[in-house]
Amino acid sequence: MQPANLLLLTLVLAVVAYGLGYARSRALAMPLGGIRHLKSLPFYYGARAALWCGIPALIVLALWAAFQGKVIQMLVIGSLPPEMIPADEGSASLLLSKISNVASGALPPGFVEAPIVEAAERLKALRGQSRMLMSALVISVAVLAGFLGWLRIRPRINAREQVESILKWLFFACAALAILTTLGIIFSVAFETFRFFEKISFVEFFFGTSWSPQTALRADQVAAEGAFGMIPLFTGTLLISAIAMLVAVPVGLLSAIYLSEYANKRVRSIVKPLLEMLAGIPTVVYGFFAALTVAPFISNLAASLGIEASSQSALAAGGVMGIMIIPFVSSLSDDVINAVPQSLRDGSLALGATQSETMKKVIFPAALPGIMGGILLAVSRAIGETMIVVMAAGLAANLTANPLETVTTVTVQIVTLLTGDQEFDSAKTLAAFALGAMLFLATLLLNVIALKIVRKYREQYD
Amino acid sequence: MTDQRSQAEIVRQSLKRRYRKERRFRAYGIAAIAVALAALVILFADIIGKGYTGFMKTTLTMEVQIDGEMMYLDDATDERQLKMADFVEPLVQALIREIPSATEADRDAVRDLINPYASVTLRDRLKENPEWLNTTRTMTFLAHTDVDVYAKHAGDEAYSIKLSEQQQAWVDQLQEDGVVETSFNDVFFQNGDSRDPSKAGILGAVVGSLLTMFVTLILSFPIGVAAAIYLEEFAPQNKLTDFIEVNINNLAAVPSIIFGLLGLAVFINLFGMPRSVPVVGGLVLTLMTLPTIIISSRAAIKSVPPSIREAAEGIGASKMQVVLHHVLPLAMPGMLTGSIIGMAQALGETAPLLLIGMVAFIVDVPDGFFDSATVLPVQVFLWAGSPELAFIERASAAIMVLLTFLISMNALAIWMRKRLERRW
Amino acid sequence: MNTLNTTVTSEAEMPEENVVPVQEEKPAETVIEEGKTVGRPFSDDAKFKLRNVEVFYGQDRAIKNISLDIARNEVIAFIGPSGCGKSTFLRCLNRMNDSIDICRVKGSLHLDDQDIYDPKRDVVELRARVGMVFQKPNPFPKSIYDNVAYGPRIHGLANRKSDLDDIVENSLRKAGLWEEVKDRLDATATGMSGGQQQRLCIARAIAVSPEVVLMDEPCSALDPIATAKVEELIAELSESYTIVIVTHSMQQAARVSHRTAYFHLGHLVEVNETNKVFTSPEHELTESYITGRFG
Repeated sequence: MQPANLLLLTLVLAVVAYGLGYARSRALAMPLGGIRHLKSLPFYYGARAALWCGIPALIVLALWAAFQGKVIQMLVIGSLPPEMIPADEGSASLLLSKISNVASGALPPGFVEAPIVEAAERLKALRGQSRMLMSALVISVAVLAGFLGWLRIRPRINAREQVESILKWLFFACAALAILTTLGIIFSVAFETFRFFEKISFVEFFFGTSWSPQTALRADQVAAEGAFGMIPLFTGTLLISAIAMLVAVPVGLLSAIYLSEYANKRVRSIVKPLLEMLAGIPTVVYGFFAALTVAPFISNLAASLGIEASSQSALAAGGVMGIMIIPFVSSLSDDVINAVPQSLRDGSLALGATQSETMKKVIFPAALPGIMGGILLAVSRAIGETMIVVMAAGLAANLTANPLETVTTVTVQIVTLLTGDQEFDSAKTLAAFALGAMLFLATLLLNVIALKIVRKYREQYD
Repeated sequence: MTDQRSQAEIVRQSLKRRYRKERRFRAYGIAAIAVALAALVILFADIIGKGYTGFMKTTLTMEVQIDGEMMYLDDATDERQLKMADFVEPLVQALIREIPSATEADRDAVRDLINPYASVTLRDRLKENPEWLNTTRTMTFLAHTDVDVYAKHAGDEAYSIKLSEQQQAWVDQLQEDGVVETSFNDVFFQNGDSRDPSKAGILGAVVGSLLTMFVTLILSFPIGVAAAIYLEEFAPQNKLTDFIEVNINNLAAVPSIIFGLLGLAVFINLFGMPRSVPVVGGLVLTLMTLPTIIISSRAAIKSVPPSIREAAEGIGASKMQVVLHHVLPLAMPGMLTGSIIGMAQALGETAPLLLIGMVAFIVDVPDGFFDSATVLPVQVFLWAGSPELAFIERASAAIMVLLTFLISMNALAIWMRKRLERRW
Repeated sequence: MNTLNTTVTSEAEMPEENVVPVQEEKPAETVIEEGKTVGRPFSDDAKFKLRNVEVFYGQDRAIKNISLDIARNEVIAFIGPSGCGKSTFLRCLNRMNDSIDICRVKGSLHLDDQDIYDPKRDVVELRARVGMVFQKPNPFPKSIYDNVAYGPRIHGLANRKSDLDDIVENSLRKAGLWEEVKDRLDATATGMSGGQQQRLCIARAIAVSPEVVLMDEPCSALDPIATAKVEELIAELSESYTIVIVTHSMQQAARVSHRTAYFHLGHLVEVNETNKVFTSPEHELTESYITGRFG
């Protein structure tokens, strides 16, 4: 049975358990003189049976679905003749994809060696068995646990308390998922990053000024050694982010000031949603706009002025990224400016200050820490932005500060290294995770600082 | 005060200069808003300008003699014969008949006006109606992409016209005769991806997006709401709770591509789940959207006034009953609004999906959660990278479809907020 | 919104809310005749000439046909139950109501025979001449020095640093704050005590040498000792400024003002010499209020 169908079936079983539990509690209550004599309402007995039925089954289902792929892969690899068992992870994943292609019929069996065809057959069989086993196990767990839950319905049991405490734990588990996600991120980047640094030295990665990760794909291939110096990526990311901030900060800040201090209600109610629309546009659309409209425009413009500009200039990617970040800066600044007490405005206006004097000399200085926090968050967003740069910035890792040249960024390299054919063990693939780790750390640092500043600022006026 | 008069004079004299500054400052603000709105307008105009032609297709309508002899076919129900038969020739002959100036010698040039998939269409139609064999039928086929480009963009310098002068003259004539027509591009909404722009459509990507969004929604909404309830109502004041909150706030600002790395390392490499499937995409997007949903749900719960809680607690309801019977229903509109906005974000997300392999070229419309699929924004990305302008035009059209989805979702969220949210 | 301003605006924006309970307690037989004020509302040497002033918040009429003169260099106190419109009226005098969108002012308001609400009239100049001190002290989050120097700086009143220093010192001296803060002029103003903050705000207001100082319940957020100091200060300032003070405290009005105006439900009921108002009020509403029957 498909996991999705199994999920549905489990839910149906839980509903059945609820109905049966509800009925049984009522039946037990009858001779006692009605449901007044139950410790909890019949609803809770039913819910308790349903939870008993559903939760263990769902846990089994989730675990099985999560790990079955890996286990089957290991079984298939293990059953290959000894001379074919792959030596390292890279060739293992190649072999596995070959086997699964044969199994799915994408690769005709005539094209591969006999053991692989056998392995493909085994893979198919194992998948079938696994599904059968999983279905049987999940259903029997559900039925058994549900039956136990049903059986243990007693008028004396406080079902409500039990149900509530189970629910509370469920709620807690959902909240704790945030910790698990963070751990997952750390685990997924840290592990591969360590392996990367087994192959490439720290010094080369952090201080190397050349980036060309095209290592030899096969051991016997004579090719240039890859270079893994992240300085050009780092400067490229900074250049594009700086251009983005040069666009976003003045435009975002000034429009927030205008909207909060000058614009009347009607203008605000029209302009604000329009600005927020900029934030709702997917980044791939901005990337499309940057790559196909802005970049050619800039390079044509430069050419007509007699300047040389790349067709994938940092200016195009950065400028469009800036537009994307405008609403982010403006809504954060708007919040911060509105948090400045009206009494300060009144105090300044009552002294005869004009609105712009009040803004520049009283409100802005008072709001500055909060605005700085917002800008840091915007920077973190700029350096983590992916699609615009993947589409509009280039792959050439130039070490330059000229906005008309092509630069590449950390995110571009992560995507380039991890899409397309890849083997899992090469320095090339591992480099993507090392870059990911750097990106995660950098944005984490910026976010933590920014959130701290913003919180401190809020407390000041609360 | 003796100097009050003279000071008033000083103030009066300074006014002109100060009001100039005031006006300048105000102008900066207006200019900033103008820049932002201009960017929005240019963006939309650019995409609509590039893409509206993507919603048009070019077709050939002609009388086709379905001549069995010419096609080496005498039984249209025989699968083997259908496989071997020549379905191109009747189309070429039909088109030559429509072009008075074309002769048998021009057959290659004429054939290049017909879409390579037109013969497949003919075969499928004949398979459905075997009795059509050896009759003459008026049928409509897709024109070749080069004809499509010429018919829509003749005279546009950005597009390179690949038709020869002679072919261009034919197409002009055929357009006058009503053989070549441009009409609404239903193919675009009925097909998956294709190597041929005329055949390429977004149905596969839309279905992939819907499957992925479904997984995201059924996971992220209940989990997000449950987490918000826990944090607002049950969480004790301790280090663990603080840590959870710090994590949520930081995850909300982690770049989306990092979630792609997580998906690749954990779901695909560790758990051995298949690549390119909606389930994995949905899982990754769930983790990405959860912080948004949790944060907005918490705000919604917070806005329920304590008096409601006190009233329910006052008549002896347990904490859980208070939450589930009173707080949750009252906070639901706010939670739904936040979730719709989170879903809209997820629907437009591309980067993490590239890393989990949803970037493959997939022709078939996916038929399940474990079937290889792509999603709408990734389809845009794929087409946008193509050197062929006919694909760029379709990428713009796909963007318009995507934006329509997103704008309606956001409009729904705004409407719900206005309509359902209560003010206390 | 922040706590600092809610108290100010709530009274100004929602006059009706507080009116209702007052109405119920009002002696039933008393009728207020609109536009009729008993006592001595007019003066020969008027700084402000206010005639038939009406203020609307949207549809609500918050001030109903008030006519009053405010004499040069006098201290006049506005008293009355909360929601009676005294703060609203005060804020008309330097057009602080302008920033509230729905607020409209009708009637003729003249400062030294110049129309305050003339469309060509400059608000900035007006406010430089008519300073204001608010209910809650609202120092800017800057240094003490910068707070006082703010007004002179924006108006360009000092050409040299030494001039500015003089203005700051003089203003702080007049506000009775100099001795307390002269050694820490660079400290942030938000770190001072509430009483000091309020006196700083007064110093800030007088640093631009206004002709009139409006005070909107300047002591309501202060403790008794700080209040006494501010009251002392008001007495001293009355020598060179015209002062209009809104107060909740009748004792305060009695202590600091020359004349007292009693407002009720947007009407100006009675204006007279302060001792007359408190010893022999002419209107029965005034009498009820000062004898504590309501308010």
